[in-house]
Amino acid sequence: MDTPYPANPVVAARPAGGAVLSIDDERIKARAAAETRQDAGFRWLLFAAAGIVLLILGAAAVSMLWGGRQAFETFGWRFIVSDEWDAVGHQFGAFVPIYGTLVSSAIAMTIAIPVSFGIALFLTEIAPTWLRGPIGAAIELLAGIPSIIYGMWGLFSFVPFMAANVLPWVNRNLGEMPWIGPLFRGPPLGIGMLTAGIVLGIMVIPFISSVMRDVFQTVPASLKESAYALGSTTWEVVWNVVLPYTRSAVVGGIFLGLGRALGETMAVTFVLGNAHQLSASLLMPGNSIAATIANEFTEADSDIYLSSLIALGFLLFVVTFIVLAIARLMLYNLARKEGR
Amino acid sequence: MLRATGFFYRRRRAADLIAKVLGVAATGFGLFWLAWILLVTLNNGVHAISPAIFTQNTPPPGGQGGLANALFGSLQMSLLGVLIGAPLGIAAGTYLAEFAERHHTWRESVRFVNDILLSAPSIVLGLFVYTLAVRTVGHFSGWSGGIALGLIVLPVVVRTTDETLRLVPNVMREAALSLGIPRWKVTVQVLYRAAAPGILTGVLLGLARISGETAPLLFTSLNNQYWASSLNAPTASVPVVVFQFAMSPYESWHALAWAGAFIVTVFVLLLSVGTRAYLLRNRVDAAG
Repeated sequence: MDTPYPANPVVAARPAGGAVLSIDDERIKARAAAETRQDAGFRWLLFAAAGIVLLILGAAAVSMLWGGRQAFETFGWRFIVSDEWDAVGHQFGAFVPIYGTLVSSAIAMTIAIPVSFGIALFLTEIAPTWLRGPIGAAIELLAGIPSIIYGMWGLFSFVPFMAANVLPWVNRNLGEMPWIGPLFRGPPLGIGMLTAGIVLGIMVIPFISSVMRDVFQTVPASLKESAYALGSTTWEVVWNVVLPYTRSAVVGGIFLGLGRALGETMAVTFVLGNAHQLSASLLMPGNSIAATIANEFTEADSDIYLSSLIALGFLLFVVTFIVLAIARLMLYNLARKEGR
Repeated sequence: MLRATGFFYRRRRAADLIAKVLGVAATGFGLFWLAWILLVTLNNGVHAISPAIFTQNTPPPGGQGGLANALFGSLQMSLLGVLIGAPLGIAAGTYLAEFAERHHTWRESVRFVNDILLSAPSIVLGLFVYTLAVRTVGHFSGWSGGIALGLIVLPVVVRTTDETLRLVPNVMREAALSLGIPRWKVTVQVLYRAAAPGILTGVLLGLARISGETAPLLFTSLNNQYWASSLNAPTASVPVVVFQFAMSPYESWHALAWAGAFIVTVFVLLLSVGTRAYLLRNRVDAAG
């Protein structure tokens, strides 16, 4: 790598010693070499930064597996299937928080999926064009509100509202039903699985609806216009043309929201009640993986306690990683179809 | 004349109407919660805010005081987070957009991992920094809090830098390179200048994201009732104080928690709305 740039024959043909600077001049060669070195250094710097991004995810997994190894070694499978969480007796089974995470996320998705679809429908097909921007921005503001604000609002406004107005009705009407009755029977405390699920649902609505809106807008106008030309109604176009075309990305958006719901911490910690007991009723206090870690981390007074909490974090990491990976793959599918 | 009044026709019209009504209702449902949450926060916050919030430290249980130490701690750690996340993120984003054209698999896997980091639960990143920077050192510190926040800023900046640089027209690169300018100079002096609004947006969005972040700070900077002497000590932050005070039984602490919630909300919303408006204006400029 003596001369990085090929010698220019015209310049090189000029007589040496003339006024024209030759490409073979030592200063130019030195400068070209220096620039090549600088470019290589710059590239390596950027490459290292990209490597760090990869490294962070891997290191997070390894460090939490390492931190939780004592809990995994001591309890084995019982760590996941046992519901005994006894800080004094050093017995830790994470079934209650795992169950709480799954159930509250399930409630959240039951609310968020149809509502988000409705919002995306409104923003792409129903609303007049001048209204789409402002309403879309307002819905996205919901995603900008920090989760601790959701938690405080939940604790001081939403929980009393649920306890006074909604839960007694739920208890009276749904609690007596034959199959699902036990789910809705219990004292109207306000805090509990149902309240946490609803708050989570509100939190993930902006994430799912903005993905759905964005992908609905990628549907080629010619496809929709063809359907309209055949006499389809707006609903038929959305259901039979837009949704099939964007199916994988819509599922991706839903999984993205699910990933958020599973890992959400502060809002849930405020309204879930932090109770380590299994209960069939959604009206009873419960716990989630993230809320358990947030509530108990500074109280962990023994190694095995701390290790159990980190092990919980590892489980959460693995589950959200899988969910988010599925989400991204589904979203890439549409992007590839788009040729982007 | 074809008269479309049959049973199927009416059923289709009805289904269409129902879908539209439900779509409007769903949007109203979303806006209803936004209005309720904002009204409650602003209403309680306005009543709780006073000059003492900015001049006095957090009080002992049940006492009167302010949030000065928490505000300062949040400011320090957020700044540290941006100082860690932004340069690293800009560098990684530049690599993805400009320097990885011959390493397709590698580039796509970094993008994939970055997208996952973007939505990964912040509590998990907090636990990671705990095992990395708290356990090994032996005590909680403001530094580790800043690192945790930096990890949250990072993927936001990587993503926006990557996307913005890819929007810079190729003509600019070709024109600069044809003058014989080395690539690093082209990147820093030409491409960064063209992409500056977008990159700045990413940094500000990252800042908005960490301003209200609570979970990772619980295990890294913890909390401090007093003015932290340095970032080497446990450091108070507004979100953690809000969490602690809101969960307490004391009325005076609740008021302070609302004041903190008000400050955080107003800051975050102004930042994200302002950033979007700025980006929108610059986009219009670029198009016209």
